[in-house]
Amino acid sequence: MLYALCFLLFMIGLYCAVVKKNMVKIVIGIMVMEYAVNLFLIMLGYRFGGIAPIVDKGQLDLETGQIAAGFLNSSVDPLPQALVLTAIVISLGSLALMISICIRTYEKYGTFDITQIRRLKG
Amino acid sequence: MTVFYILLLFMIIAAIIAVETKNLLGAVICIGAIGFGASLMFLFLRAPDIAITQIVVEVLGLIILIRACISRELTFISGPREFFGVVVSVAIIFAIFLAGIEVLKTLPDFGTPIFAQVPEAASQTYISEGMQKTGAANLVASVILDFRAYDTLGEATVLFTAIIGATVILRKKTKKLLEDPDQ
Repeated sequence: MLYALCFLLFMIGLYCAVVKKNMVKIVIGIMVMEYAVNLFLIMLGYRFGGIAPIVDKGQLDLETGQIAAGFLNSSVDPLPQALVLTAIVISLGSLALMISICIRTYEKYGTFDITQIRRLKG
Repeated sequence: MTVFYILLLFMIIAAIIAVETKNLLGAVICIGAIGFGASLMFLFLRAPDIAITQIVVEVLGLIILIRACISRELTFISGPREFFGVVVSVAIIFAIFLAGIEVLKTLPDFGTPIFAQVPEAASQTYISEGMQKTGAANLVASVILDFRAYDTLGEATVLFTAIIGATVILRKKTKKLLEDPDQ
């Protein structure tokens, strides 16, 4: 059910990116899709009663270097978290690129409407 | 469990307002609401690193978005849509919706991840041996900086390329150089 709500969020972003004619609205739709995908990947690694993947003092046996079994059985998945961390930072870079294209287009054509831009070109 | 539903519904409502409002600045503020809702959700999903990063990126992204739409006059766009464009949009949305429904059937239940049932999953190795092999108490840091450091290198490259692209697009000097090749 939570996955379905996350998918609904993705579909709202997709609708915005595909149907709207305003360039900034398209960028907003792409951002909403990014949020939905990041959230979905983190939710895939969650387990009930989970704890953050940070080893505490009590969970480490200092003599043998072994991690306590309680931590092994209750930690959430660190792998999607690490990769989503990368994806969030990259999304900021791509947002800056998209917005700079929008600003440049507005300076040249005086509008954000993609149909107007196409008409002026030909 | 309930808090996840509340936060997701909050994000969906904010997304609908962001998509449907006529005011562009209002849409940007709604994007901020979605981002901070996502940050809270990450915190409740036991991912504190991502929550922190999300807040920082969200603030920077909002500044960039507001820079794009502040003091622009023609932000309200209306007019009839083209018939062919509408058909193609509906077809794309419907195809992705059907594919998503098929994927939703195969997913495991929420709260019971796949990696917990597979003993030889990579995540199990990271959890059990990450502390010994890398010396980092934070396993997320041990994954991004040690086990998968090349991903982080690639991330830095992509970020650098995107910023170079944005700088090249936004600079004003280009036209002058093209008109006067001698200078």
